[in-house]
Amino acid sequence: MSDTPQQAPLLSVHDLKVHFKVRGEGLFPEKRTLKAVNGVSFDLYPGETLGIVGESGCGKSTLARALLNLIPASSGQVVWMGRDMTSAGPEGWQQVRKSVQMVFQDPLASLNPRMNIAQIVGEPLRTHHPELGNDEVLARVRALLLRVGMSEAHMYRYPHEFSGGQCQRIGIARALILEPKLIICDEPVSALDVSIQAQIINLLKDLQRERQLALVFIAHDLAVVKHVSQRILVMYLGRVMELANKHALYATPKHPYTRALLSAVPLADPKLERGKVIQLLTGDLPSPIDPPSGCVFRTRCPKAFEKCPLEVPPLKPIDADTQVACWLY
Amino acid sequence: MLFSQKRTALIDQLAQATPAPVQSRRSPWADARTRFMRNKAAVISLVLLIVIALACIVGPFVLPYDFDTADWDAMSLPPSMKGMHWWGTDESGRDLLVRCLIGGRISLMVGVLATIASVAVGIAWGATAGFLGGRVDSVMMRIVDMMYAIPYLLIAILLVTILGREFYLVVLAITAFSWMDMARVVRGQTLSLRTMEFVEAARAIGVPTRRIIFAHIVPNLLGIVVIYTTVTVPSVILTESVLSFLGLGIQEPMTSWGVLIEDGTKVMEATPWMLLFPGALLSLTLYCFNFIGDGLRDALDPKER
Amino acid sequence: MEPIKTSTPLLEVDNLAVKFATPDGEVQAVNGLSFSLERGQTFGIVGESGSGKSQSMLAIMGLLAINGRATGQARFNGQDLIAMPAEKLNRIRGDRVAMIFQDPMTSLNPYLTVERQMTEVLELHKGMTRRDATARAIQVLDAVRIPEAARRIRMYPHEFSGGMRQRIMIAMALLCEPDLLIADEPTTALDVTVQAQIVALLRDLQRDFGTAIIMITHDLGVVAGICDRVMVLYGGRIMEQGSAESIFYRPTHPYTLGLLGAVPRLDHEGETLLAIPGAPPNMARLPVGCPFSERCTLADARCVTDRPPLAPAANDESVLRACHKDAVHVMQQAWKSEGAKVKV
Repeated sequence: MSDTPQQAPLLSVHDLKVHFKVRGEGLFPEKRTLKAVNGVSFDLYPGETLGIVGESGCGKSTLARALLNLIPASSGQVVWMGRDMTSAGPEGWQQVRKSVQMVFQDPLASLNPRMNIAQIVGEPLRTHHPELGNDEVLARVRALLLRVGMSEAHMYRYPHEFSGGQCQRIGIARALILEPKLIICDEPVSALDVSIQAQIINLLKDLQRERQLALVFIAHDLAVVKHVSQRILVMYLGRVMELANKHALYATPKHPYTRALLSAVPLADPKLERGKVIQLLTGDLPSPIDPPSGCVFRTRCPKAFEKCPLEVPPLKPIDADTQVACWLY
Repeated sequence: MLFSQKRTALIDQLAQATPAPVQSRRSPWADARTRFMRNKAAVISLVLLIVIALACIVGPFVLPYDFDTADWDAMSLPPSMKGMHWWGTDESGRDLLVRCLIGGRISLMVGVLATIASVAVGIAWGATAGFLGGRVDSVMMRIVDMMYAIPYLLIAILLVTILGREFYLVVLAITAFSWMDMARVVRGQTLSLRTMEFVEAARAIGVPTRRIIFAHIVPNLLGIVVIYTTVTVPSVILTESVLSFLGLGIQEPMTSWGVLIEDGTKVMEATPWMLLFPGALLSLTLYCFNFIGDGLRDALDPKER
Repeated sequence: MEPIKTSTPLLEVDNLAVKFATPDGEVQAVNGLSFSLERGQTFGIVGESGSGKSQSMLAIMGLLAINGRATGQARFNGQDLIAMPAEKLNRIRGDRVAMIFQDPMTSLNPYLTVERQMTEVLELHKGMTRRDATARAIQVLDAVRIPEAARRIRMYPHEFSGGMRQRIMIAMALLCEPDLLIADEPTTALDVTVQAQIVALLRDLQRDFGTAIIMITHDLGVVAGICDRVMVLYGGRIMEQGSAESIFYRPTHPYTLGLLGAVPRLDHEGETLLAIPGAPPNMARLPVGCPFSERCTLADARCVTDRPPLAPAANDESVLRACHKDAVHVMQQAWKSEGAKVKV
């Protein structure tokens, strides 16, 4: 399921950058840029799940929004089904939105508190298919709510009446109603309890299998991502550190940052957890306004050497399953 | 093994069996109404206000006196329950109660009209500035700041001197200086709503901007608009009273509470009831609006669960 | 960490209950909580939303909201904290018992320098002079591995990163070398690499200072890393309680099993997670019987009406569990229909 090089990619991202202008300090503030996303490239194939992991400040949420043009990209290319979106205007993106939808991190906040569930889930349909009659829209809403584990009785209630897990199901229903090819999930389970997380993760996996959906699954929890994705992209300070097939990444992580991340994830197993050796990272996360020269990870990397500050290491494949951006390879 | 269908069925079953975890099915408005009803001061104020408004509208028809009929036999009578004039008369023998109620009609009508106008202007101005942001927002808000700086009495005097004391001019003058608060509040709320995830979700769906404003932003503004409207009304009524007090408002023989209060101050040593009754009525109405506004603010506050 | 057994346990909680008076009726947040803690031990309280884990510790510290009422006893060094008057409690809080919270930004006063916030504690409880207090504060900041502590102590909280702020919180909590440290979700808001550092720090500090720690969290991985004993809460009641080994390797309660099966594990292959059906409990309307009965696949009519008492498990007396079904049955049958992969 993961590598089908014969198929054309659904989404191709080339050297995507999202920079924000930031006011400096002082009497004569110089213009500074916050480099939230600083050169990300990857391909996404139909029906596969790409997990994007990174800690806070790595730019993964900004990347998600740039893929949908919710935040405009500063440079680089987003190619959707062969069409280069850089020159596409609002109409172009409107077309894309029929096939790409998004699920958000805070389930309750992503639903308009003054609209009822039927209106919320039906909105994409009414926006893109105004020719559909009211009954037809409601019928589809009903069917989808049942599919995600809600019931018809919930249709005329309001978001605040539901729990976090239920709100997220509603969000997923809303994302599905246009029958998209790709759903971008921005930390969809981070705000949920453990038992509910499992429900939502299983739901997403089932839906993906049923509908041949591609998913971009953004999370900070490597264990969660392992359960959902076929390929994983590790981000740090706006750049890609490693992009690998799931098995390769978890069994033999190549990049020092990936290794540190993996060793830090706590295991629900006392003997293993206490016996393990954690690679503690030194120092603090550098500011994205002033990232370190060369490899951005070098200030905290246990294996940094002379070449690291000099040049940015390119993301290059080192075998069939893995691409790494590191001068060690 | 995967028992996907079985799991789905179990989830369905449970979803149907499990009641929604909060109180009952209620729209946010119904919720707010319940909370409002719990606030005794607000409810009493609402009732009182309705009573006053009804009295002003219906009273003059019911009472046996006209507001402008002079009765030289009954000049400056003190208030008495036994007599014909419950609240007494003024120096021309006109019944004070009827005059207060007629004055109330004018004051309340000016209040309502000027408020509707200010609210409309304020929402339009604030929502546009908040949603468009950037330089447009800056310019529009600087204009608001300038309006705050202009002393309204000066302008009111100018307007009245040049154009005369027509009813609609009074409303206009008051509106011109009452819309700014609403504009600022609506702008602030629009700014914060713009960053909310459900607005972002709407953009991600591809909902056109105009529909985002009407379906997503405006309904979430209504709460704060309602609250500020109940704050604007007393302010407007007070402004009208001040203008009338200064002789810039309603013309004779029409009267308003402001006019009555002005007349009352002139004779308050000899006939104190002339000042007390209209003054008390105005104060009571303003208090009512205040309590209702407080009640609405607490009721519509989403953090109050 | 071997518990040092003395005659009285450091903390003995006896039938603690916490009630809140809300406009929608009374909410019983915690019910019938009992456990004991020896010196130098680490105790983990695990639960999801509505389990009452935070409220129980807030009750012990006397930090409940104004509409909350706690009953029962919490004997710290023999003295009951629940019934204690405020002035007496104030002398113990910060000095003998300290608490750290989830969000370090809102727990630290943004208008005071770190120095001032730390010296305040020492001046109050130890009667130190400002200069001595500052010196001691710098020492403790060093112990929690804040680089350049002497210079940084004069900075404001917003100038530090999240991980560092949490260390400052820990430092503040340890200033008076308390016997007990209560940590309420201390790592939930932190990145995973920072979390690992904080957990390692807490382990080291415990070893050096001998502080007992109560760790409140929903993260089973963190519990596995630091806790000697674990208590699993649901709907305000104890579901299971025992040593970390028993709870993780030989869980006997359907909820514990469900929780362990639902957690995504790095060392598993990524098969389907066990999804406990249903939603977190509605604390205003708990079932009369076992609070977990609504979601338990083994539940029957008795479970719904008849609350199971907390009793030692048949196969291991050191484990307490609240379940009508016997341990062996649960271990074999629970979640079978869900395709449990939890190996026992």
